[in-house]
Amino acid sequence: MKYLYYPGCSLKGSGRPYEESLLRLLDRLGVEVAELAHWNCCGATAYMSVDEVQAFALAARNLCLAEACGGPGDAHLIAPCSACYLVLNKAQVYIRQYARIGQVVAEALRAAGLEYHGRIKVRHPLDVLFHDVGVERIKKAVTRPLQGLKVACYYGCQVVRPYATFDNPYNPMVMDHLLRAAGAQTVDWSLKARCCGGTLTGTMEEAGLRLSYILLKEARTQGAQVVATACPLCQFNLECYQDRMQSRFGDGIEMPVAYFTQLLGMAMGIPAGKLGMERLLAPQPAIPIGPPGAAVKGEI
Amino acid sequence: MSHPRITWRVKYQEDLDLAFGREIAARPGGEDLYRCIQCGTCSSTCPLSIYMERTPRQIIAMARAGFKDEVLASHTIWLCTSCYACTVDCPKQIKITDIMYALKQKALGEKVYPARFPIPVLAKEFFQAVRRTGRSNESRIVVRMFLQTRPWKLLGNIRLGLKLLRRGRLALRREKMDGGQAQLRMLLQTTRRLENQTPARSPPLAESH
Repeated sequence: MKYLYYPGCSLKGSGRPYEESLLRLLDRLGVEVAELAHWNCCGATAYMSVDEVQAFALAARNLCLAEACGGPGDAHLIAPCSACYLVLNKAQVYIRQYARIGQVVAEALRAAGLEYHGRIKVRHPLDVLFHDVGVERIKKAVTRPLQGLKVACYYGCQVVRPYATFDNPYNPMVMDHLLRAAGAQTVDWSLKARCCGGTLTGTMEEAGLRLSYILLKEARTQGAQVVATACPLCQFNLECYQDRMQSRFGDGIEMPVAYFTQLLGMAMGIPAGKLGMERLLAPQPAIPIGPPGAAVKGEI
Repeated sequence: MSHPRITWRVKYQEDLDLAFGREIAARPGGEDLYRCIQCGTCSSTCPLSIYMERTPRQIIAMARAGFKDEVLASHTIWLCTSCYACTVDCPKQIKITDIMYALKQKALGEKVYPARFPIPVLAKEFFQAVRRTGRSNESRIVVRMFLQTRPWKLLGNIRLGLKLLRRGRLALRREKMDGGQAQLRMLLQTTRRLENQTPARSPPLAESH
């Protein structure tokens, strides 16, 4: 099966290491992806705060473009950013559920020479890797297992609720399973789906920073050596403000925060440079990976 | 942010705007506003409620009771980061996140958001940037927000900006669409025109997500 790829704005900017590692990883696993041509911003949370019908129209255009190049059947659109993933899914639901929104969006799409038939499945990379590729294939592709590296899998909010169906919204486990297949040991912690503060780290630092700090502190308390993320905003918040946490809370947390795709890529022997590892900011105590050829030990 | 001083004033029935609750209930996602049983699950699950001068539960009660000015000027609605924890946990399946969106839209529409508060400014800047170019340009939007609210904060961000720049994570060039801008413009213009004709306020079809 071939997938369409919707990068979203962040993966072309601050989230570049996510794009680089994701595409490399999918390539290594033999998953074919093509970037959607002419895509536009999904609108994220900000657009919806101003005008929600326009936000749905914005999202719907991407769905139309995907449908047009996806052929006659259902097409799968990979959206790695949590905000994109949520908005594209929410737009599908609201266009269907609210007759008036559906009408306005359909008419506006028509005026722009577009039409949407509802044949797009919006998928997150976690979903694709776990449900389509599968843990077994990942385990086979691992050449340098993460040797018991203690990872706190952080899912964040919008990728597990309320429109996601691929995992449990309270205790998501998909990322844990994927990283365990790569030889990591994942820590059990209760904050894996708690909000990181979103854009509040920039707009209201007092609140935003504390939310991120709580996550890192708890991950450290549970013995994590690295936090794995699946969203560009979560990654940014947890990684880029660690020095500010030191000055505000008097407690410097030096915790590497990597995309889960980077960790999986490392376990598959993809060179760090190809996974955007050098683009990370936080101190990177060498992520311990095993010697080439070692097998993944233990139960998954 | 410094919290505004809250002064209590008795409001009588004639001071209230009873149509306000009905208006919010007519917005998409607001339809269950009157089914709220005031249990407070939303406030307890909200990771930001401790920073709010009024909790989400109170906002719902006040919106229904017609305290329009207080609700629209509150920081609460802007502190909502859309993490949807309340929406998922609500025992009455009320889409609280959507109610917060409806209130934000109303506050922006009536220009009654708290003065120099960066969150609504960021939302507006983001909205305009995407309307103009079809993409969001993180750094530009953030710089514009600081300039309009707390310019001195930009200084503190220079170091971070440089670090990101060195690592290729901050684009100075404006990110543009690879075609389709005219189509997008037409789409958004038409949506706006149609919305002005008849606002999207019909109740949802019988299907739950």
